[in-house]
This record gives sequence, C-alpha cells and structure tokens, in this order.
Amino acid sequence: MSFITVKNLSKSYGDNLVLERLNKTVEQGEFISMVGASGCGKSTFLNMLLGKESPSKGSITLEGKKLVQEPDAERGIVFQKYSVFPHLTVLENVMIADEFSKAKWLGWTFGNTKKEIQNKAHEFIEAVGLSPAISKYPHELSGGMQQRLAIAQALMKSPKVLLLDEPFGALDPGIRSDMHELINDIWQKNNLTIFMVTHDIKEGFELGSRLWVFDKTRHDPQAPNAYGAEITYDLPLNTDSCKTVAKSKIANMEIN
Amino acid sequence: MKRLMNLTPNKPLAIFLSMLPFLVALFVYWIASNERLIENPNDKLLPSFTQISSAVDRLAFNEDKRTGKYIFWEDTSASLTRISLGIVISASIGLLMGLLTGLIPLARSNLSPMVTIISLIPPMAILPILFITFGLGELAKVMLIIIGTAPVMIRDMQSRVLQLPAEQLIKAQTLGASTWLVTIRVVLPQILPRLLASMRLSLGSAWLFLIAAEAIAAQEGLGYRIFLVRRYMSMDVIFPYVIWITLLAFIMDFALKKLSQVAFPWYHANDNDK
Repeated sequence: MSFITVKNLSKSYGDNLVLERLNKTVEQGEFISMVGASGCGKSTFLNMLLGKESPSKGSITLEGKKLVQEPDAERGIVFQKYSVFPHLTVLENVMIADEFSKAKWLGWTFGNTKKEIQNKAHEFIEAVGLSPAISKYPHELSGGMQQRLAIAQALMKSPKVLLLDEPFGALDPGIRSDMHELINDIWQKNNLTIFMVTHDIKEGFELGSRLWVFDKTRHDPQAPNAYGAEITYDLPLNTDSCKTVAKSKIANMEIN
Repeated sequence: MKRLMNLTPNKPLAIFLSMLPFLVALFVYWIASNERLIENPNDKLLPSFTQISSAVDRLAFNEDKRTGKYIFWEDTSASLTRISLGIVISASIGLLMGLLTGLIPLARSNLSPMVTIISLIPPMAILPILFITFGLGELAKVMLIIIGTAPVMIRDMQSRVLQLPAEQLIKAQTLGASTWLVTIRVVLPQILPRLLASMRLSLGSAWLFLIAAEAIAAQEGLGYRIFLVRRYMSMDVIFPYVIWITLLAFIMDFALKKLSQVAFPWYHANDNDK
C-alpha cells in the first residue's frame, strides 16, 4: 500500500472545474515539486493535502486513511510569508509547537517540561542556522531567516508530510540557493515526504525527486472553465540523466 | 534653497513652533480679557488670569465651607472613577466579544448583526432609559459610557482578529493547537496592543458621555461642576475645569500609548517617530 494515494480527485468551484481526474501514488520519502501556470490548480491541490479545502470528487488517503478535513499536526506547512508569529521571539516561535501539545489548557509550560522543549527547540534552530538570532523577533529577521524559522517550527512536530507553498518565492536569488541546500539537507536527513508548489520551473528541477506539471489537456473555447487541469507530466528527478530528459520534455511542451 | 516640503525643523525650533500656537492663544485671550475688564470690571465672560487662579485656589486648595471637602479633587476623583470603570469594562467586553466573533464563525453569525444594530443606537437617546432603569446613581453613568463605547470596541476587535493573516492561524493548527490554544497564544497577544489603541480612541467619546451624564444627574464630578456654575456664568471656574479635563484626557492617552510601547515592542517596530 502506498503512503499517499490520490484517487480520481476533482475540485470545482461552482461551474469552474479546476482539477480533474488526478490519480497518483506517492511513497514515503519522495520530494515532489509541482509546477504549472498560474491558476492551474497546483495550490488548490496543496490546500487539499493541507485540509484547508476538500475534494469535490475522489479522495486522498494518507497511510490508508482518508485525510482529515482540517489542518492538523500530521501535515506541516511553510507559506510564502506570514507563517511565523510576530509577537514571539525565534525561540518562542519554535517552542510553541510543543507547548501546544504539552499544555493543553494553559498554553505555557514551566520547569522541567519547559527545559526539555527548550533543548529540543535549540536543536532545530541550530539545524536551520538561526542560533545567532535566537532571541530576536521576526520583524528583526530578513525574509530568508523568517523562512528558516518557519521550517524549524514545522519540523518540531515531525510531520508525516511537509507542504511548501512557494516557500522561496519572495527571496533574493542568492539566498534562494542557500535555502535550496538547507531544504535538501533536511529532506534527506529526516526522510521527509515533501510537496512543494513553485512558480519557478528551474527551482522545480533543482529540488526534489519527482516533478509534476499541472496543465489543461482539454479545451472548449466556448466554455473555458468546462475542463480542469491534470498532471500532464510526472517525471523522476533522481539522477542527473533523469533531469536532462525532464528538461527536454518541458522544453518541447513550452514550444507546443 | 531646499524645497519647503524638504525643510525639517531642528529640535529647539520644533519645540518653539509647537508652543507658539498656545502662546498666541494665551496672548489673544489676555488682550481681549483686559479690554473687556477695563470697560466693565464686573464682566464675567473673559475673567482675568488673577480671577481664574483665585477660583482654582478656592476650589482646589481650600475646604468647602459647607461640606468641608476640597471640591476640585472630589470632582476629579468622582469623574476619574466613573470613566476608568466604564472604559475598562468596555474594553473587557470588547476583547471578549471581539475574540469570539472574530475567530469563531458560528459566534459571528450569531452575534455580529446584533452588535452592529446596537452600535447604531445613539447612546444619548437611551440615557433616559438608563436613568429610569438604573436610577440616578453611579451605575447609570458608567452604563452610559459602556453602551457608548463597547459596541465600537467589539467591532474594532472583531475586525482586527479577522485581519490576522489566515496563514498564521493555519500554521498554528498544523502545530497541533486547539481553538482555545490558538485564542490564548496566537490571537490574544496580538490583539492586546490593538485593544489599547482602541481604548485610546474611545476615550474621547467616553469623556463626552461622562460629562453628559454628569450634567443631567450627579452630586459631584467635573461635568456636574461645569454645568452647575454655568448658572452663575462663572467662567473663572469653567475655564480651568475644561483645561483640567483636557489635561487628564491627554495624560490617559499618553499613558496608554507608553504602556503599549513598553509591553508590546514587536507591535511598534514599524512605527516611525513622527
């Protein structure tokens, strides 16, 4: 049985069919980059994985169970922005993840429990390279550092699936390549299953073990919303030769 | 020569410029008062500074012969108690209802329309109802302040909660937070500085309602005194009382602002010092 199974999945808003006929299986430890034109439904798909939106038809199962229809600790998320808490320092931002589960009513921990959580948080802050900024507030951090913080937060819960919604879209190119290294490193060390939406096709190739291209295959000029997007290419990116093949396929697609 | 829009005053000049309008106003008053008093020494409209200071001395630093109390301070403490009670209760209601209706869609559908309608009732129009229901005591005056300011604060708090980025709330849920934990650890701390800001804005209308209530039925209070001495055209009392009320309002506003800056530094990070 596969880790994640997407079965005959469709999503529509009223008459507007966004996604249709998605059938995929994903194994644990895969890193899937999703690319496609704006409005092609890749973010909608991510939101369904997250539980923010529910499928119109079909289903997504995680380890054989249907996905819960609201966000929970099984699925971590890093958004393009606003995913850290502005009123907490870096350390508190990471600690809050475990304080939520350890202090169900107070929301704050004390004494030994607090020490334990602190130590764990220190580890993850170290892992994303934020140790020097541990007592700073998010507004004192650069965009790249804020994203590092958001990743550390998400890792605290060791989620089964990590979702990245254009996580590096707002960053400078230099910082972006640093972040690519970081996320690659974290992915391999923790055997995470990652889904990443990106606008940047190059980023899609550089990161990940598998590339999904979302596009519409059927068009009705009289009713542009009648058909939704599907996954038109599902390309492995494990080796460099795979990447070359994938790139040439995409190049052909763009010409067509 | 730089453009006018690019000229910024240095510190001493800035202070002088800010004081100038006050000095001009005082000077104009002094001239006008002198003119009138020369023509008619019993004129009550524009009392001289000496007359004003003797009135202040009489009310603030001498016991009242009839009651044995210092009237000015009695009035001040009565009014301050009422306005603080009113604004604090209002803020608590605003915070609670704002959190509830802002974060929980079920509560929003349930309560929001009602709050909107209540906020549109002119509070002064129901003042008689308050006096009839709650009597002429303290309760009616405090209630007027609450009814006048709470609905606005509820709506303000609700919209502030709704303005929080959805990403943050989703992130908290993916970290395993329940509705309760999102409320106390994510929403509440971010709403508190906004509550202080809302209190500052509500103080203006709170004073309005306080003075209106005191003018109609009270035994002491700053508003009561002003309306009482109006019968004798005692401008020498009214002027210092108005200035005192303004000063109190300024101090309360300033204190709330400082409190917010000290308690919530992250909230004021993007303020510029203008």
